[in-house]
Amino acid sequence: MKTIVSKRVQQLQPSGIRAFFDLVLGMKDVISLGVGEPDFVTPWNIREAGIYSLEQGFTSYTSNKGLYKLRLGIARFLKNKYNLGYSPDEEILITVGASEGMDLSLRALINPGDKVLVPTPGYVSYGPLAELAGGVPIYIDTKKDNFKLTTKTLSKFVSKKPKALILNYPNNPTGVSYTKRELGQINKFLLKHRIICISDEIYGDLTYDFEHTLFASLPGARSNTVYVDGFSKSYAMTGWRVGFVCGPKEIIAAMTKIHQYTIMCVPITSQMAASEALVTGRRAVAQMKREYRRRREFVVDGLNRLGLETALPEGAFYVFPCIKNTGMRALEFAEKLLKEEKVAVVPGGAFGKGFDDYLRISYASSFENLKEALKRIEEFLK
Amino acid sequence: MDEILEILEKDARASVEDIAKMLKKKPQSIKQAIKKFEKEGVILKYKTVVNKELIRDTNSEVRALIEVNITPQKNVGFDKIAERIYSFPEVASCYLLSGTYDLLLIVEGKDLHTVAQFVAEKLAPLENVRGTATHFLLKKYKEDGVILKHKDEFKRIAISY
Repeated sequence: MKTIVSKRVQQLQPSGIRAFFDLVLGMKDVISLGVGEPDFVTPWNIREAGIYSLEQGFTSYTSNKGLYKLRLGIARFLKNKYNLGYSPDEEILITVGASEGMDLSLRALINPGDKVLVPTPGYVSYGPLAELAGGVPIYIDTKKDNFKLTTKTLSKFVSKKPKALILNYPNNPTGVSYTKRELGQINKFLLKHRIICISDEIYGDLTYDFEHTLFASLPGARSNTVYVDGFSKSYAMTGWRVGFVCGPKEIIAAMTKIHQYTIMCVPITSQMAASEALVTGRRAVAQMKREYRRRREFVVDGLNRLGLETALPEGAFYVFPCIKNTGMRALEFAEKLLKEEKVAVVPGGAFGKGFDDYLRISYASSFENLKEALKRIEEFLK
Repeated sequence: MDEILEILEKDARASVEDIAKMLKKKPQSIKQAIKKFEKEGVILKYKTVVNKELIRDTNSEVRALIEVNITPQKNVGFDKIAERIYSFPEVASCYLLSGTYDLLLIVEGKDLHTVAQFVAEKLAPLENVRGTATHFLLKKYKEDGVILKHKDEFKRIAISY
């Protein structure tokens, strides 16, 4: 069939579980553990700052890079928390969520045919964004190392001469994160083989068992890393669409060039609110984190009790249980669970090839919901 | 604050088993900790937050905030007279404050008349009470961190990456 759609877009793989998503969206009274965003509402101080900015008449464009106040706030925050200095003038760009940051990173760095290493299971957009940028994603299955990327695995891909690695930790969908030591090894490897790290640390604030380490803070990493982050997850600000990227001047300048033609700037209301988040939002972040951690323990314990092998994830708000011993594949499991018990989860296959024995369960849901959902899953498995 | 207290403050009905799972501890140790809190008086009571704004029956009550100026007594300061006042069952809360008056009471009664009567006959005549100012409460918006309004919840889309 002839089509007017570009070849590049035609070649993009559609999501294999779109039909399942439609099924979920069409059903009522579902307990959904399939949601990739916090169940908290943005803390009031932050919302109020957005409202106030509107009252004051802040309705214009901002500079392409974003409000200076916000960039400065981010620079100071990173300096205080991680002792990592970025210049608000030249090394920070405010983006429409971390999603745009990821897109811009790839478009700014990738030449046609450049290889991009994408560990799986991973967030759904990395591969397609690499392709849209003209690159070739090379997927790396991390299953055998408990979903952790190791230098041993990486070394198998050196011969393909990849230009960049997309690292995401804590990881969506597994919740797996890395200690400073583990990151140090990856960093040394990347520096040695001249592979740039695009580090998506959107869940960094939600690390439960050890301190989160910024990849760019590792020895020698700063000039080799594009650090992608945002306000969505830690401050429960998904709908505001504010993210940021920090990196070497040259790369940020290139990204800003694309950003100014495509986006112009992030909505000013959102930037004003985000700026407030850095000042008064930290207490709420700590509170939400404690709450997530409690839910995590509860859900992991519950799933393991039900015989669904679940590793303790170090961060984010996902668990990635293995359902192999139920004899069902993930999509079948998810469909049946939805129809019979009205609980929605995401089949692992959505996050890469070879994960049809896994489910992503989000615990960004109230404790009552989680308890009820576990009960229903138990009923379902009987 | 201890995380057990944080959990119970939000949900007094949270079970020992659930708390144990959430905090990755043994139920027995949670049970002991709660017992200790109860014994020490850190946990005073488990109660239900009732939104009385929604109850409009014949038993509904009025509330008043009453500012009380008192003369402190030798050796015991305000405590003795405060005790005398807060022992009245009509007094739901009693605070000692800095500023232009000394005690702030929250007094409950079945109607305006009852509260007025309490002030005129019980409170004002007390020897050390120098004066009172009564403010009747018209509407409660928020109490102890709970907003007393039934809001429609905005639903997140049921599934997303």
